[in-house]
Amino acid sequence: MSEPLHEELAWKHLEQMLLIRRFEEAVLRLSNGKQFIGHYHLYIGQEATGVALISLLEPRDRLATTHRNHGHVLARGADPSRALAEILGRTSGLCGGRGGTIHLSDPDLGFISTSGIVGGAISLGVGAGYACRQRGEGAISAVFFGDGALEEGISFEALNIASLGRLPVLFVCENNSSGSWAPGQGYPTLVHASSDLCSIAKSVNIATMPVDGADVSAVHSVATEAIALCRAGKGPVFLEAVTKRWPGSNPLWPEPVTGATDLRMATGEMTPSGEHADWLSNHDPVLRLARTLAASDGGAARLAAVDAAAHRCIEDAVKFALASPLPATETAFERVFA
Amino acid sequence: MPVQSYAQALVDALYDSLTEDPRVSLIGSYVLGLGPQRHLMDRVRNDFPDRIVDPPTAEAGAAATGIGAAMAGVRPFVDLGTGSFSYLAWSQIVNEAAVSYYMSDGRIPVPVTFHLLHGVRGAGAPQHSHSPQSMLCNAPGLEIVAPASAADVYGLVRTAFQSNNPTVVVSHAKLLGIESDVPTAKQPIPFGYADIKRSGRDVTIVANSFMTQVSLAAAATLADEGIEAEVVDLRTLAPLDEATILASVGRTGRLVVVDECPLRCGIASEVAAVVAEHGFGLLKAPVARVTRAQVPVPYSPPLEAAVTPDAAKIITAVKRTLSRAFPQT
Repeated sequence: MSEPLHEELAWKHLEQMLLIRRFEEAVLRLSNGKQFIGHYHLYIGQEATGVALISLLEPRDRLATTHRNHGHVLARGADPSRALAEILGRTSGLCGGRGGTIHLSDPDLGFISTSGIVGGAISLGVGAGYACRQRGEGAISAVFFGDGALEEGISFEALNIASLGRLPVLFVCENNSSGSWAPGQGYPTLVHASSDLCSIAKSVNIATMPVDGADVSAVHSVATEAIALCRAGKGPVFLEAVTKRWPGSNPLWPEPVTGATDLRMATGEMTPSGEHADWLSNHDPVLRLARTLAASDGGAARLAAVDAAAHRCIEDAVKFALASPLPATETAFERVFA
Repeated sequence: MPVQSYAQALVDALYDSLTEDPRVSLIGSYVLGLGPQRHLMDRVRNDFPDRIVDPPTAEAGAAATGIGAAMAGVRPFVDLGTGSFSYLAWSQIVNEAAVSYYMSDGRIPVPVTFHLLHGVRGAGAPQHSHSPQSMLCNAPGLEIVAPASAADVYGLVRTAFQSNNPTVVVSHAKLLGIESDVPTAKQPIPFGYADIKRSGRDVTIVANSFMTQVSLAAAATLADEGIEAEVVDLRTLAPLDEATILASVGRTGRLVVVDECPLRCGIASEVAAVVAEHGFGLLKAPVARVTRAQVPVPYSPPLEAAVTPDAAKIITAVKRTLSRAFPQT
């Protein structure tokens, strides 16, 4: 077991995790309300990983992420209003509405790429590590990818190149396939002959660190060690953050199967029940952290205040995004070349 | 005027770019393939050992390393070896590098340069004789250059390093040993400008890469017979210099397009389409294409020659074009 986080840091993490949770719940509502038409992926259930890990990165560090990026971009400090506007394809979006949900990115915050191609980010993140070392400023590259990326051949090449060059790359494998979904039912889950994803990185001599990705203290502790190794020039590190997939991400299109997160399940005023009671009781990273903090002196009241602030922020973001204009059609032909 | 081989000029461009810009590095240093010029790279390796990395046999990984590094602010040159190896890195080149600037609303440029040795090189058989550049022309966001001379490869590679866009440089394996005039002080050459390598009044031959040299040989033979062909070397495939093509056809009224990509949807098809669309009234006769046949490239020498454009085929096409005319209306 890792050391418990300093309580104020834990509250800070919870604020961000709740902001991401309320953001994602808004995205789901907006999709179901036909405010945008594209396919999308939510970060619900993985908030502890992104928030704890990204809080440990420095401003000079570079990041690459995937189709399931909303949590990473927000955890790094992007404006939720402009992030939501991007998802709605609006001109005030972080990428002018040209990337959308799958390519949400904020280059000013160090993101080099948000690739929607499985295995895209992992290989580009190695390149960012190459650049970090060439520039010699002590920065590292943190690349987020799902377990499915390790089904792609490019991932092996990326791991091998990073290891051969001892590049400062933190591979963050967010394995949300733990637990079992029936193959062929809903969104694809891991299809791999290996039952130990860390063994793939180990086979090319990369240090590996598995961690409970829904435990913010554990992620904080393991990521601190991993980042220190990378930054000290000890080569890449492979961190596997294991979570149990949020049931709403199991269908081909996300569904609000657990409803809007009800924090009374953290204060003891409500007991999780029904089909998803186990996930809500044991695997929801937001509820897990909220339960701990709500139990402290004055914790329940503070929790309510934190959630109210998250709600206000996201309501403002929704209003901003919906009020933002769509891009002018002639701009479709611009910015093909730098 | 001094004379240099294509290979030496390419090496000079790498050396000068490494010297001038500390952001430049090489991922893959076997730029000259397996041919006799390969030792020319020794000077680069000896003088910049810390800025050259030879990756494992992992073209996709090497390309992605270069692309990701470019996204993070440096300027790598990724040598992918034989042109067909680029297919292993297709996703990275056409679906990461080419689209990043656009989909980030102009916020993530990708100043990477890819180099590959294309073309029918002699006994390359179906898998080592490819010219992928026409396929790459279908990936908006890439700059693609296909130099044909020492001065051009130097100038275009220097510009590739300075460009903020992903650039693909294709060198024909048969060009490496060919010598040509270079200015005393070689200069960068801007993209998007074709070069008239030979002036002529009777017919325009548009070519690129090694086919420019083959077309020049054909033009010399034609000149002995009193036919003056103008040879327009595209140099840059993307962006394409439509103005120079149309101006030449305006002078000659006849067009033969020569290209080593296969016939369908190739560079020759695109040039023919540009002239049909914007210069139909300039033409006195139908356009002719001389390209690689729409078949894989066979190994055995006579079969290989049968499917590959050469001077004789160009001369035949020129004479046929000169013998034809649109019906007078």
